[in-house]
Amino acid sequence: MKVALTVNGTAFERDVEPRMLLAYFLREELGLTGTHVGCDTSSCGCCVVLFDGERAVKSCTMFAVMADGHEITTVEGLAQGGKLHPLQQAFWDCHGLQCGFCTPGMMLTSVAFLKKNPHPSEGEIREALSGNLCRCTGYQNIVKAVQQAAGELAAEPVAEPVAVS
Amino acid sequence: MSITSDSEPKARHSVGQSMKRKEDPRLIQGRGRFLDDIVLPNMLHLAIVHSPYAHARIVKIDKSAALAVPGVKAVLTGEDLTAAGLAWIPTFHGYDKQMVLAVGKVLYQYQEVAGVVATSREIANDAAELVVVEYEQLDPIVDPFVARRDGNILRDDRENKTNHIYHWEVGKRAEADAALASSEVKVKQRIYFQRCHPAPLEPCGAIADMNGASGRLTLYLTSQAPHAHRTVVSLVTGIPEDKIHVISPDIGGGFGNKVPVYAGYVVSAVGSVVLGVPVKWVETRTENLTTTGFARDYHMDVEIGASKAGKLTALKVTTVADHGAFDAAADPTKYPAGMFGVVTGSYDFPVAFTELDAYFTNKAPGGIAYRCSFRVTEASYAIERGMDLLAGELKMDPAELRSLNFLKKEQFPYQSPLGFEYDSGDYETTLRKALDRIGYTDLRREQAERRQRGELMGIGLSTFTEVVGAGPGRLFDIMGIKMFDSAEIRIHPTGSGIVRTGTRHQGQGHETTWAQIVAEELGLDPQNLRVEEGDTDTAPYGLGTYASRSTPVAGAALVKAAQRIRERARKVAAHLLEAAEDDIDWIDYKFQVKGVPGKTIGMKEIAFAAYTNPGPGNEPGLEATYYYDPPNMTFPHGAYVAVVDVDRATGATKVRRFVAIDDCGTVINPMIVEGQIHGGLTEGFAIAFMQEITFDENGNHLNPNFTDYLLPTSLETPAWETGNTVTPSPHHPIGAKGVGESPNVGSPAAFVNAVMDALAPLGIKHIDMPLTREKVWRAIRDSGA
Repeated sequence: MKVALTVNGTAFERDVEPRMLLAYFLREELGLTGTHVGCDTSSCGCCVVLFDGERAVKSCTMFAVMADGHEITTVEGLAQGGKLHPLQQAFWDCHGLQCGFCTPGMMLTSVAFLKKNPHPSEGEIREALSGNLCRCTGYQNIVKAVQQAAGELAAEPVAEPVAVS
Repeated sequence: MSITSDSEPKARHSVGQSMKRKEDPRLIQGRGRFLDDIVLPNMLHLAIVHSPYAHARIVKIDKSAALAVPGVKAVLTGEDLTAAGLAWIPTFHGYDKQMVLAVGKVLYQYQEVAGVVATSREIANDAAELVVVEYEQLDPIVDPFVARRDGNILRDDRENKTNHIYHWEVGKRAEADAALASSEVKVKQRIYFQRCHPAPLEPCGAIADMNGASGRLTLYLTSQAPHAHRTVVSLVTGIPEDKIHVISPDIGGGFGNKVPVYAGYVVSAVGSVVLGVPVKWVETRTENLTTTGFARDYHMDVEIGASKAGKLTALKVTTVADHGAFDAAADPTKYPAGMFGVVTGSYDFPVAFTELDAYFTNKAPGGIAYRCSFRVTEASYAIERGMDLLAGELKMDPAELRSLNFLKKEQFPYQSPLGFEYDSGDYETTLRKALDRIGYTDLRREQAERRQRGELMGIGLSTFTEVVGAGPGRLFDIMGIKMFDSAEIRIHPTGSGIVRTGTRHQGQGHETTWAQIVAEELGLDPQNLRVEEGDTDTAPYGLGTYASRSTPVAGAALVKAAQRIRERARKVAAHLLEAAEDDIDWIDYKFQVKGVPGKTIGMKEIAFAAYTNPGPGNEPGLEATYYYDPPNMTFPHGAYVAVVDVDRATGATKVRRFVAIDDCGTVINPMIVEGQIHGGLTEGFAIAFMQEITFDENGNHLNPNFTDYLLPTSLETPAWETGNTVTPSPHHPIGAKGVGESPNVGSPAAFVNAVMDALAPLGIKHIDMPLTREKVWRAIRDSGA
């Protein structure tokens, strides 16, 4: 089946098997391996990407063809013009990652969440991240990173995270 | 957390700083390179066929339908591997062997039966479903206490027709029995540390690439121990070790899960040898949870004796261990039950004895050190639960009981009754700090008031001691290879450098902390010291990263290698400063002519000179390697306090607060240490309340995915309050002890002790982990309260 979509600001068109999951499409067809796959049951959230700039979706739970005509942002598209996205910077600053496997999904979930709720409480952050598992950090520094990024994003709104090609 | 050390007041410019991690820029931009990210030309994909039964004879395997699928290149079975001499491989310590693909019969559900190699993962998976295996079911054994009756022998391939694997004991049985018999107060409790699984978020995987022209096998593995794996592959296959290249790329968490050799590794290698192209295998989450290394599964009878005043008299722990279908436990050769002998913990027991019997059952093999230095977690849980049971029996405050029986600071080095020499510790100071931080006295007062109102609030302590950093070569080996580790440092002409060790981090931050250690020793910028691990062609030989051994062993090797660099640099300095070598001091990160403070030269200048003007008779270049055989293990300790509220009506538990005061000796990077503690506490929390691998009576695995094997999310994970004390290790070159596992070792007992303390008014003494809402609710109901 034909699928045409925009990923990190670049238009792509591919002919794929209907059953191909969006996660594998991004990883294998486009070589964007920052999107990870950590389970078979839509539980871990390592594969989360941004759908049409505002919704966090688990790309292992969507067929690639369902993204036809839509815009996807992956972790590779977060940094803009050589500058880290405030969430990337915050994850680095706050030691919000250890092995780094869950990190792309955590950040993209947070991007979508902070768009909806720019001034969240700690409890709201914890609830927002509860579909993303992390085995290394115990979440505490992830929550801290999201708080830091929220502060920065609120102070200085940045453009939509759409990557330069 | 603050880092202060009275014994080392000198200025530091690198060690002790919360330097941001050097590995992060690539990981936060999606530019890490994990195993499944690697794609090689003409690469094929392997899918594994698993047994639906826990115990069955294989009558027939029909590959024909699978082979007929377009894109399928090979279907491999145990019979094919037998022809290649690879159907069985030795287990971790070599005392047993395990099947790669089942031969004759299957011994646990999900056991690997066949492998299908095809041009895509999807085709391989489709074709795997078409491999028809005819089974004849046999009676399974899922309980080690049934296995020990030997009514049904599971391993008919073994010479000894018994399910008993081994007996191990240490200490003085007769004295311990006598002391217990004459003790004024005794407690005895069966404590089960449940089977659980580390479940790192990145599953295990391999890419095997046999180059037919060069005869060289490149193996990309999710490996915590790449050199050990290279040696194992050579020994098992007969391929000379120089023809094997193991590369362990970025690893998405390990926690012990990525120490053993798995069937998928071997089958992908065989597939590549047979087909002459690369073969990739990446397991599914279900494969990860059902077939790769589980942890714990110890049934421990804990007996403690004491005087009426609470002074300990004796300890005896008798364990039945469930090892599953093969004795694949990951323990050093001379320590079949790992470091379980640390079960006397932080306490001054005049006599102790422990014994353990291990049995085969129809469950997956394993017994890996899940964020744990070889069975220390089981031991720590046993003694820390035991101390609380004793406190209950004595009607004594558990903090007071611990204090009364702690080893004193001046007793170190301390010879434990079960064979360890504890290097250093200051248990009382750590406990006091934890109690002050949480406000213990006020909490006990609050608890008394709440109890008056019928509310269930508990305070749980754990004052654990770990034994990590395996280990001294005279005692510790795996397959005969001593458990040293190594470091190599090359300083480039312009003063930057590359640092390599035999360890392999999986998120612990070695790329940062190793640079800090070397920078501290050489006065160089840690930002310009690149750390590289995981490539056996370039890294010096080492036994890998697990059992909190990286900092105690490889970290020490780094210091020693850096000191070698310094000694070579001193010769160059003498040449440049026109002084005798003996007249050159290393002061404040610079070489200086004795007594002439103005005459100095730094390492950066020396580095350039080492390549351009080393001086007559001096070896050019600036490199050093050191293989470090530690003189002893290190003994980190900590004091944890949990406050838990229990809902009487539903059995729901809520961790209100948790204070962790850790002492891991010298702290290299406080930010990273704190991160390790957060993560370990969360895994301890998971084990205490959620994680258990369970089976039904037919050996069916009941939680083979993340919807049934529960991991804590951000929502239920408590907020951690951390702090530290610093008691340096006297034998480690910079006094560091290792920290990654302490919180996972120490915390389960704190959680369970807190819940049991909450339930104490109902007369409930013990519930085995995980303390699910249902279990707690049932216990409350059954108490009749």
